[in-house]
This record gives sequence, structure tokens and C-alpha cells, in this order.
Amino acid sequence: MVHGEIWTLKELFVLPNEYIYWSIQIVMYPFMTGLVAGAFVLSSLYHVFGIKELKDIARFALVFSFALLFAAPMPIVLHLQHPFRGINVMMTPHFTSAIAAFGIVFFSYGAIVASELWFLYRKHFVESALALREKQDKSLYENILYLVFCALTLGVTDISQEALHKDEKAIKTLAGIGIPVACFLHGYAGFIFGSVKANALWMTPLMPVIFIMSAVVSGIALCMLTYIITMELRKFLMGIKKAHAVGFQTKEDLKSVEINVIRMTAKYLLFFLIAAISLELLDLIFRGYTAVKSWDVLRSVIYGRDFAAIFLFQYGLGNAVPFILFLLPGLTLRRAVVGVLLVLFGVFMMRYNVVIGGQAFSLTFMGYMHYELPIIPHDWETLKEGLFGALGIFVMPFVLFWVLSHIFPIFNYEESH
Amino acid sequence: MISRRDFLKYTVKGAAGLAVPLAAIEIVNPKKILADSQGIGKTRWVFLVDTYKCVGCGFCVKACKIENEIPYDANVTRTWVERYVNTKDGRLFADTPKGARDGFTTNKIDLGLGKFQDVKNEDIRRSFFVPKLCNQCENPPCVQVCPVGATYQTPDGVVLVDRTWCIGCGYCIMGCPYGVRFFHPKYHTAEKCNFCYHRISKGLKTACVQACPFGARMIGNIKDPNDPVTKIVTTERVGILKSEYGTKPQVYYIGLDEEVR
Repeated sequence: MVHGEIWTLKELFVLPNEYIYWSIQIVMYPFMTGLVAGAFVLSSLYHVFGIKELKDIARFALVFSFALLFAAPMPIVLHLQHPFRGINVMMTPHFTSAIAAFGIVFFSYGAIVASELWFLYRKHFVESALALREKQDKSLYENILYLVFCALTLGVTDISQEALHKDEKAIKTLAGIGIPVACFLHGYAGFIFGSVKANALWMTPLMPVIFIMSAVVSGIALCMLTYIITMELRKFLMGIKKAHAVGFQTKEDLKSVEINVIRMTAKYLLFFLIAAISLELLDLIFRGYTAVKSWDVLRSVIYGRDFAAIFLFQYGLGNAVPFILFLLPGLTLRRAVVGVLLVLFGVFMMRYNVVIGGQAFSLTFMGYMHYELPIIPHDWETLKEGLFGALGIFVMPFVLFWVLSHIFPIFNYEESH
Repeated sequence: MISRRDFLKYTVKGAAGLAVPLAAIEIVNPKKILADSQGIGKTRWVFLVDTYKCVGCGFCVKACKIENEIPYDANVTRTWVERYVNTKDGRLFADTPKGARDGFTTNKIDLGLGKFQDVKNEDIRRSFFVPKLCNQCENPPCVQVCPVGATYQTPDGVVLVDRTWCIGCGYCIMGCPYGVRFFHPKYHTAEKCNFCYHRISKGLKTACVQACPFGARMIGNIKDPNDPVTKIVTTERVGILKSEYGTKPQVYYIGLDEEVR
């Protein structure tokens, strides 16, 4: 069977070679890179602009951004017909292609996040390594941890006040450089789509900007969600153990900190949400107003075939409802959770409507293609480019986050920049 | 220990020394020598389709599939034929069932999803066939977007794919406004019409030109003023597909219509 044939239904006049070649994993790719960029921007709001209220979530967001970073290229690997040749992009980059810059952008961004994390946690690495060195009869796990922390110090054990002060400066600089690079990482994902002149829906110079705005929205939303979940877990564990956390004295303290952080972060979420929706609506209105050749078929897709996906799920459930939820005074945790879940769903639907919607009509403008997501996998292709492949990609950063949190403590860490 | 002065001296000497052989490469440009010895630069392959002569038999599609080893029953093809039908009540139908591999044998228009529309002969105002293939654009978007340079343009204007280097990202398929690209069912790399490059570079005609019983397809060298294709393209009124994309397609059509997509 031809690639794409299994999930594509053709209607009316569609060219013989046209299929939905870019499927669910290409929906996941901008979704995941968007989360990376968004989480980083959130952490930088504190480190660069010194927004104190975001201090607690900033460190959290940075570690999460690092975890997400590893998951971001995975959808592409699963999508490639020759995944083992993926390295060719770095071996012989063909720079007229937007994808060719991937290696460079990705690794420079990764280097920035990694070095910022290193400066942020350097003191912790040194202290942990020294403490473990002192300890007698180490277990196997402690031995491994000792080796990891020793390696992570990179041989620098100076944690004097002066050195730490320099670290702080470095963090600020790196976070500052990181913002444009994070925006570039994702804006360029938008450029990959926006520059395809053969695709009537994708081709708009607004695409990179729309992608960045919705990326920040989704990144903040995911950080809020994960933050709430981990805080709730801590409260739950405290209830069981009756133990005192290091940073906070009681459950009530924890709760008040949590809701304050969430209310503050929600304001930034709203700001970026307004920007994202405005740009998307501008794009839609402009297309309708100029009504070039492709508008007839685009209109039939946007207002007809994909109406529910675009207006009910994306704009309605994913944008309007959470917008109202966050605007209503007295934001509670429960309302925030519902809100961020809907925002994440809305951003996912936006990616879906762009990627799949852009392939919903034929190059002839006289036919349509329907996408049927493979749910039950019956071969390798329907597994990796099906529901389970996409879910796997979505779960991956959470698992990585859990692993990373053993090396980068996210809470109960007194020394904070 | 080397002194700073010596270090700078050696650096300058080394750089100057390296520059000499590098300059030689520029003087003796291998590409240019190859071009001069093989007559490259004197050929630019173009294609001419006379839609008035096409009857939609599909022999070209069959021949192409066999010649270029595209699995016969796979629903992809390097070339195909489209049928356009205008009815008297102003409706436009178009289809290309299986790329017209088996020809158009009935009046039933393929509407997809297993549905067909029967159009009666007396209801037809006009009807015609349009063969399609890669346009071997002068400004190919597929070459532009390939992230690894696996697809490239030859000096004589044909766009080829390197099956050993293609990563299968599909960006070129998305970038082509003509829908000529697809993934090869066996090699899983980007695949497209290449004007039967293995044949034309040996002085043969393409498989589709050879198979066409009505002479609707012709291939020629636009840089040769005596080539029959060149004569028609330069002296008669011919059209190209989707000029708005700025790709400068090199497949010319006689009898092109506004309805053709």
C-alpha cells in the first residue's frame, strides 16, 4: 500500500498522487516544540524581567522545557520514511530548505537550556557530590548518583558567594539570549508551513508569529497544569506522612503559594491567548476579504467540512471557554485546571486544523481529502503514525521530567536565583 | 615554546600556502570541464503536450509504470491523464481513475468514495483529456525545500531524486504545486517523473512519448532551434500550468483551458 493511502479518503477530483502525507506526527511536532518554547519563555519572564511572582514556577518551567526538548524531535523521527537517515539533515544540510536549519537551531537552543540549567543547579551538584563522597557504604543507586553528580560538576567545585553571583549573571544572560532562540525554534516551525507556496491554507507570512503566540500559550498552560499536579501530589504526600517540607511549613502555606502562582501565571496566559486569537482571526478575515482563487475551496473547508473542528473545538472550547474561565474573578484551582486543559486542547486543535486542514483539499481545488486517524494499529506504520504513536510522544516528556527531577530538584530547594 | 611572532608568521605562511591549491581548483573547475567536454549547457529538456490529440487511452501511463518500475497496482503514478467534462447545464466534472492507467472506457465520472456520476452523451457540451507529468520547473520548489539536497536539478534541466540519500520527510511532496511527487511504495523515498532520464540521455524518447499512438506527447531540447518541439513552442501559442506559483514549468500545452487544474 502507498504511504498515506490507509488514512486518506478521496472525494471528487483529487490528483492520483495526493494523499495526506503529513499526518498526526506532524501535528505533534509543532505542538511539542511549541510547549518547549512556551515553557522556556515562562521561565525567562522571571530570570530576565525579574517578575518575582513567577519565581516558583520559573525553575520548574526550565526543567520541564529541558524534558520537552528531548521529546520535540521524536515526532519527526517517527514520521520519516527513513528515520535512520535523519542524521543526513546535519551531514548535508541544504540551506534553502527551512528544515535544514533544524539541527543548528535545535542544538543551539538545547545548549542554551542545558547551560542555564547547569548554572542554576551548579551549587546543588557540588553539594550533592561532596555529601555523597563523604558517605560510607553507598548503595548502588547512591554510587550511580555520585558518579552522575561528579560528572555534572564538570570539575568545578567553587561555590563561594562570589562564584554564585557570577552564576546568577550568566543565568540572566543565557535566559535573555534564550528567548529569541526559543521563539526562533518555534517560529521556524511555523515558517516550514507558512513558506509552502503550493498550499493555499498554509501560505501566509503570519504563520510563524501565530505559531509563536500559540506556542507560548500552550507552554504556559502545560507548566501550570504540571505545577498544579505536582503541588497536589506534595500536599497529598504531606497528608500521608505528616512530615514537614523544607521550604514550606504547612499544607495551608503550600496552598496559598500555589494559588498565587497560578493566578499570576494565568494573567500572562491570557495576554498571549489574546495575541494568538487576534492573529488567527486576522488571517481568517484577510483570506475572506481578499478572496483569491483558492478562497472558494478554503471557505468550503473552513465553514463547511471542518466547521466543528475549527469553530466549536478550537475557537469555542479551546479559546473562548477558557478565556471566560480565566477572566471571571476569584480563580480557583479547579477552574484553572479545567481552563488549562481546554487551552491545551485548543492549541492542539489549532495545530491539527492547520496540518490536516491544509491537506483537506486537493491541489485541483475541486476535491477533498478526509483524514482517518489510525486507532488500532495493525502494522508498524499505523502504530507510529496513529493514536498510540501520538500518545507515546505526549507521555514522553512527563517520564523524562520525572527522571530529570531526580537530578534537578524542583521543589524544596532553598538557594534560588 | 613558540613565540607569538612565530605563531603569526606560520599562520600567514600556512594560509597563503593553502590558498594556492584552492585557487587552482577555481581555475581548473571540474564542473566546467565536464560541461565543455560533454556538451552540457547545450541541452534543456522540455515537453510538449497536444491536448487535441489525446484520447485518454492511458497507454502512456501503462508504459511509464512498466518502464520506471512503479508497482502496477499501486495507486500512485509518475504520469497520468485527466478528463474534463463540461455539461450543458454549466457543471464541470473532472476525474482520473487510477491515473487513467486503464484508459477512459465509460461515461461514468469517478467522484471518489466509490461513487460515480453517469453523464449522458447528449448532456455534454464539451470534453477533453489532459496528460500530466513533472514540469521539470526552471525554479523547482521541490529542490528548494529538500532539507538534505537529495533532490536536485541536472544541468539539462531535469529534476532527479537520489534514492540513497532521501530521508522521506515529504516536504518536496508538499512543496510541489502540481502533485507529481509521491513516496515510492517499495523504496519509501520521494519519487517523480524524470522525463525517463535514463532514456533521453542516451538519445531515446521517453516511455510515454514512445507509447502514445497519437503523437500527443513530444519531448525536445529547447536550446536546439531545429528541434520540432522548439519550433512549436517558439512559434505557436502554448500554455503552461499554474504560472502563478513562479515555478517556470517546462511542460508546454497546446489547447490548454482555464478549467484545467
